[in-house]
Amino acid sequence: MAEQFEFGKPEIIEEEVDILIIGGGMAACGAAFEIMRWTEGTGLKVKLVDKAALDRSGAVAQGLSAINTYVGENDPSEYVRYVRNDLMGIIREDLVYDVGRHVDDSVHNFEEWGLPIWKQPGDEDKTLVQGGKPVRSGRWQIMINGESYKWIVAEAAKKALGMENIQERVFIVRMVTDKNDPSRVAGAAGFSVRDHKLHIYKFKCCLLVCGGAVNVFRPRSVGEGAGRAWYPVWNAGSTYAMAAECGAAMTMMENRFVPARFKDGYGPVGAWFLLFKAQVMNGAGEDYNKINGHIIKDEKRFGKYGQGVPGTCLRNHIMLQEMKEGRGPIIMDTPGAMARLAEKMTPKEVKHLEAEAWEDFLDMTISQCGMWAGENIEPDKQPSEIMPTEPYLLGSHAGCAGIWVSGPTDIPGTPKEWSWGYNRMTTVKGLFTAGDGVGASGHKFSSGSHAEGRIAAKAMVKFALDNKDWKPELGRSVADLVEEIYRPVKTFLEHKDYTTAIDINPHYITPKMLQFRLQKIMDEYCAGVSTWYQTNAKMLEICEKKLEMIKEDSLKMRAKDLHELLRAWENYHRIIAAECHMKHIQFREETRYPGYYYRMDHNYIDDENWKCFVNSQYDRESKKWKLWKEPYKQLIKD
Amino acid sequence: MPTFVRTEKCDGCKGQDKTACMYICPHDLMLLDKDGSQTGHAMKAFNQEPEQCWECYSCVKICPQNAIEVRHYADVVPLGASVQPLRGTDSIMWTIKFRNGTMKRFKFPIRTTPEGSANPYNNKPKPDMAEIEDHSNLFTHGTHKCDMSQFIKS
Repeated sequence: MAEQFEFGKPEIIEEEVDILIIGGGMAACGAAFEIMRWTEGTGLKVKLVDKAALDRSGAVAQGLSAINTYVGENDPSEYVRYVRNDLMGIIREDLVYDVGRHVDDSVHNFEEWGLPIWKQPGDEDKTLVQGGKPVRSGRWQIMINGESYKWIVAEAAKKALGMENIQERVFIVRMVTDKNDPSRVAGAAGFSVRDHKLHIYKFKCCLLVCGGAVNVFRPRSVGEGAGRAWYPVWNAGSTYAMAAECGAAMTMMENRFVPARFKDGYGPVGAWFLLFKAQVMNGAGEDYNKINGHIIKDEKRFGKYGQGVPGTCLRNHIMLQEMKEGRGPIIMDTPGAMARLAEKMTPKEVKHLEAEAWEDFLDMTISQCGMWAGENIEPDKQPSEIMPTEPYLLGSHAGCAGIWVSGPTDIPGTPKEWSWGYNRMTTVKGLFTAGDGVGASGHKFSSGSHAEGRIAAKAMVKFALDNKDWKPELGRSVADLVEEIYRPVKTFLEHKDYTTAIDINPHYITPKMLQFRLQKIMDEYCAGVSTWYQTNAKMLEICEKKLEMIKEDSLKMRAKDLHELLRAWENYHRIIAAECHMKHIQFREETRYPGYYYRMDHNYIDDENWKCFVNSQYDRESKKWKLWKEPYKQLIKD
Repeated sequence: MPTFVRTEKCDGCKGQDKTACMYICPHDLMLLDKDGSQTGHAMKAFNQEPEQCWECYSCVKICPQNAIEVRHYADVVPLGASVQPLRGTDSIMWTIKFRNGTMKRFKFPIRTTPEGSANPYNNKPKPDMAEIEDHSNLFTHGTHKCDMSQFIKS
């Protein structure tokens, strides 16, 4: 039978559900788990749509060697203090507390479903719930055998949802507001990356959880190694872009994360620092933190933030200073750490320790093992370089970029402005988010993102029940959406024969080249690695103009197949996320996160004027951003 | 590459609708060349965009023929090393070969329960609809204990 639909002429599939979950990572799986219980007997229809396959989608696809948030013997208020300190004083304490009190339950479920969690000697046969003591690699981290972490969590999510309610390999690219109420979301549209199908969903509410933004900045490795991003390369800023273009208020999008990791492979350093107690040194073999760590005590520049336990960005700052002054490279003394640990161990225990060190990478950053094997580095014999990476935008790891959401109603002292209705709902009615999507609330990591997906899911059920008789009507026509989403395909088909070389054509730009252009702009003007993370008002002004042009040119992206259509839309989302990041850095006239980025024209922390959230809103029609300050309030005692 | 498919091992997942590697790749990189027009090898899979590969090994671990391996980023890593897993239902075995020939082997557990046995609602309470607006509880009632005296306004 001849195919009725073909490339450029997709079948249009319209579907109406009550609740749509967009994404397949930890937050989406948490939502699936919580939501199907609350919807039992309500008649509500739930669907999950994911651009990848649930078993290995999201940031945990490769696995993890630790769960970074397990509150355990601590009080949730202590967790808030730790997050507040690491994120330089400005977080939504209501949201962080909410994650803190619910996160352990998610971890207990992971263990029940089959995730191996390391226990202290003697407690090997006890689960956490039975009082088994975990092996902590830090106050909040617990060690796991996490190769199949995502697989296990996805298995439970799939069972909860039922495969008939999961649509994989459909990339949602556009949220659609309601015809009668533009401040409300009514639908979402996207396309299949496998078949010539365009999907349009209508719903009462949705959970937008598509991760953070990677490859917005030019990465340090620009050849094949460009794929070796620290955060997953498939996180394209879709959460931020789709929410912003739907009119949702964004928050703290000036924040970014620049992890200092093993150079090039970007293998994790957490276990080496916290579990193996490894020391870092400069190129001369000096303990530079001891010699030069005092630089963050400068109160004029760093305020009170350099006095106590320094936040991650300040530790980066000390490292960067060392490198800038020519005392690099920064080296982690892995042999020294292993030797010190081995002093009191039997040969068998030493062998076990070596396996643990390798597993740390094999569970979550296999490439680092490839690096070491390729360079003949055995960590017990040869030290390794540490390097700060290119910047990443995220809200779940050690960063807090994201969307401004309504918080829980029962946290004492919370300003009424922080809770306008449903928990984790954005300022767009019916649009919920979690994980990397929620701003001003970092350090959730994998477990906290799962818990936050659950929190949002419960609130979405309440929202859907409260709006049972409401019928969504799309504010845009189907034809208009098809035209927009398939534009890169149409552009390609229309112009492909104009030149003899498929990639060089004055009528279009390939998604790949557009991404290179975006990365160059962001790297050179918006505090990327090539300027040592430094920028100023003039550089940002140039950046702004270049981004406006790239946004215009994004309409000329081509897609020669469905795979390239996926890349085209990912890169469009990257541009919007990048623009939001740039506007926030431009607005915040201080350097809140030294070590992550520097506003060289305001190179100090200014608590008097800037101890506040920076929020923004995008107008899709005029393509303009509006920015404002939102007051910070401390809820938990010092 | 970074992942590459061994020509003589890949069987295109025996002509099924999609291959295991296409199914699993989080970044839509693996592609089955049905007629050989893209690679010269009909009914074999390949990585269509190697510089976007995260080396997450999802395809390597799932391939039923063990036909997928990784040649680490050529712009970064010296040639000659390999890191290859064999993933079973409860454990994974890794073979690491160094450029200088040194070999290391590790085996780690990956799960404590049989594959497919995760039961999300096993022995879990039914939700109480009266609590749907109570933010201090999820349906499992597993909330951490909270010291309310830590709040400025308690």
